Amino acid sequence: MPIIEVKNLSKIFGKNPVQTLKLLDQGLSKKEILIKTGNTVGVNRASFSVNAGEIFVIMGLSGSGKSTLVRLINRLIEPTEGSVYVDGEDLLKMDKKALRKIRRKKISMVFQRFALFPHRTVLENTEFGLEIQKVPKGERRQKAIKALEMVGLGEYLNQKPNQLSGGMQQRVGLARALANDPEVLLMDEAFSALDPLIRKEMQDELLDLQETMKKTIIFITHDLDEALRLGDRIALMKDGSIVQIGTPEEILVNPANDYVEKFVKDVDRTKILTAQHIMKRPETINLDKHGPRVALERMREEGISSIFVVDSKRNLKGYVTADDASEAGKKGIRDIREILKTDIPCVDKETPMQEIFAVIHGSPIPVAVVENEKLIGIIVRGSVIAALAGESEVSGQNAE
Amino acid sequence: MLNDVLNVVPEIPIAEKTKEFTDWITNSFSFLFDPIKEHFGNFMELSANTLLLIPPIVFILIVAIIAFFTGRKQIGLPTFAIVGLWFIYNQGLWNQFIQTFTLVLIASILSVVIGVPIGIFMAKSKTAESVITPILDFMQTMPAFVYLIPAVAFFGIGMVPGVFASLIFATPPTVRFTNLGIRQVSKELIEASEAFGSTGLQKLFKVELPMAKTTIMAGINQTVMLALSMVVIASMIGAPGLGRDVLSALQRAQVGPGFVAGVAIVILAIIMDRITQNIDSKRDSI
Repeated sequence: MPIIEVKNLSKIFGKNPVQTLKLLDQGLSKKEILIKTGNTVGVNRASFSVNAGEIFVIMGLSGSGKSTLVRLINRLIEPTEGSVYVDGEDLLKMDKKALRKIRRKKISMVFQRFALFPHRTVLENTEFGLEIQKVPKGERRQKAIKALEMVGLGEYLNQKPNQLSGGMQQRVGLARALANDPEVLLMDEAFSALDPLIRKEMQDELLDLQETMKKTIIFITHDLDEALRLGDRIALMKDGSIVQIGTPEEILVNPANDYVEKFVKDVDRTKILTAQHIMKRPETINLDKHGPRVALERMREEGISSIFVVDSKRNLKGYVTADDASEAGKKGIRDIREILKTDIPCVDKETPMQEIFAVIHGSPIPVAVVENEKLIGIIVRGSVIAALAGESEVSGQNAE
Repeated sequence: MLNDVLNVVPEIPIAEKTKEFTDWITNSFSFLFDPIKEHFGNFMELSANTLLLIPPIVFILIVAIIAFFTGRKQIGLPTFAIVGLWFIYNQGLWNQFIQTFTLVLIASILSVVIGVPIGIFMAKSKTAESVITPILDFMQTMPAFVYLIPAVAFFGIGMVPGVFASLIFATPPTVRFTNLGIRQVSKELIEASEAFGSTGLQKLFKVELPMAKTTIMAGINQTVMLALSMVVIASMIGAPGLGRDVLSALQRAQVGPGFVAGVAIVILAIIMDRITQNIDSKRDSI
């Protein structure tokens, strides 16, 4: 069940927003509306739902409305129209008190420029949310320290934020958001102000943390690589509208339109595509049923020089080469086990392409893709090159 | 000929109307002014007398210690305070000094107590800001002497009208700087406090006021200085203190006593200025 559901959410900045909405209905573009009315379309009828425990990335270039959208979700900006359901309750129908309760208990936010309070120590910053809720001092201190330890800042309790580096400051920002133990984390360009190395480190840490805490995270970014790294699903925004929602692979492999395609063109595909996207259906023979002759026959049919051997449960046992098979045929060997080779290059189906290069480079035979010891596909050099060239017919379906 | 155009409307009786209005206020609110005059006057006298009970040597040491601890534990200002206050004592101006100090202190405290909330109100409401700003401009540019007239009408002569006139003259900087300080708090910090579910008051006391503190303190410093500058003027309506010495020296063309009393005011000004400045910068340096 989705924890957050956004339906037809719009925000128009300026006078007469409702009238401007009508213009949007007539199909005018953001630019035309700006010229005609002077109003800015912040977000244009965004709809999506976020499932519990997933990282949902909202990505777009600056001015695409992503930061506005995230602020509509906790009503830091008042939406013009639409609805936001949190656990089934419509946030936009709530009075101030109910809204405060949601902000205190369910949704926390991490900011681009950290937004730490300079007059408070790291610990005091972290316990801010609990202090607001009037949690007793001892308890909130304990929770804040726990949150700081989670992000690796247990040693810095009494420092002031300006004594810390950017990366550490954002850890405090994250700890402050986590101290409330919210269900949903809104992260607005949380890592964008950090330099690239630190940013990558923080992304890794966030993923590590997410393994254990299983929060629902809505992450805003303008960086496609970041979106692809973090996102379980990605929503791509342009001019206030959501252009496409999908998993990283879907967006890369099946861009919804030219804009998305242009956007993803320069992505390093080797980081995103994994073994399962480029593998082919394997030709195999059965260890218990087939002998060298059958093996040779199969290889000849398919025009390949080696073939994988599995047992009846499709567990991968090894491979035989054409040379060995024909040799064995001449000698009259019946059992394939005698010529079975087991030094198979193996990868997991989640292995990124980047790592497959090294494996496939040194191997005379195709790389086996294995799941629970079962052979589910093979990767030949040709399919790696095809994937690099961006051919979209390369996809997991071929393996079935 | 052409001047006739200017004479189309006869002289508007602003002055008379103002007088009528002031008289009306004086009469209608005397039930308010009289007790204020009496009780507040007593209170001020009591404060001054209490301060006078403190032996000068103890008073000087207390000031020096305050200067020492607010000023990053440097000895410059404490030394100046000891020498300066001793000089005032030496010149036989101690009583007047305490009177002036009391007047400035109470006028400043009242200015802050009144000014900060008004400043907060201005920062929260655009309408309030656009209404109050011209009033503040008016209060600050009107020659300070003019305030003495209604002050006397309302409160007679003495310390109370002196405080009243100081109040009108000295409050604007506190109001302005409080407004400015709160408006300057970065939008992201405001968002952060709201995103965690702060109520308006929590936002004000936990984020806005602490963040605006430096600016507000600058305003309070200005207020203290303006209150001090009203001392001489207020003495014209009988407020006791160093100002009265300056005024009487002026009336009798006595350069010597006038200079000495003037220097005493300068000494008080420097000490109060530095201490109010240090109260804030000290915390930032931690």
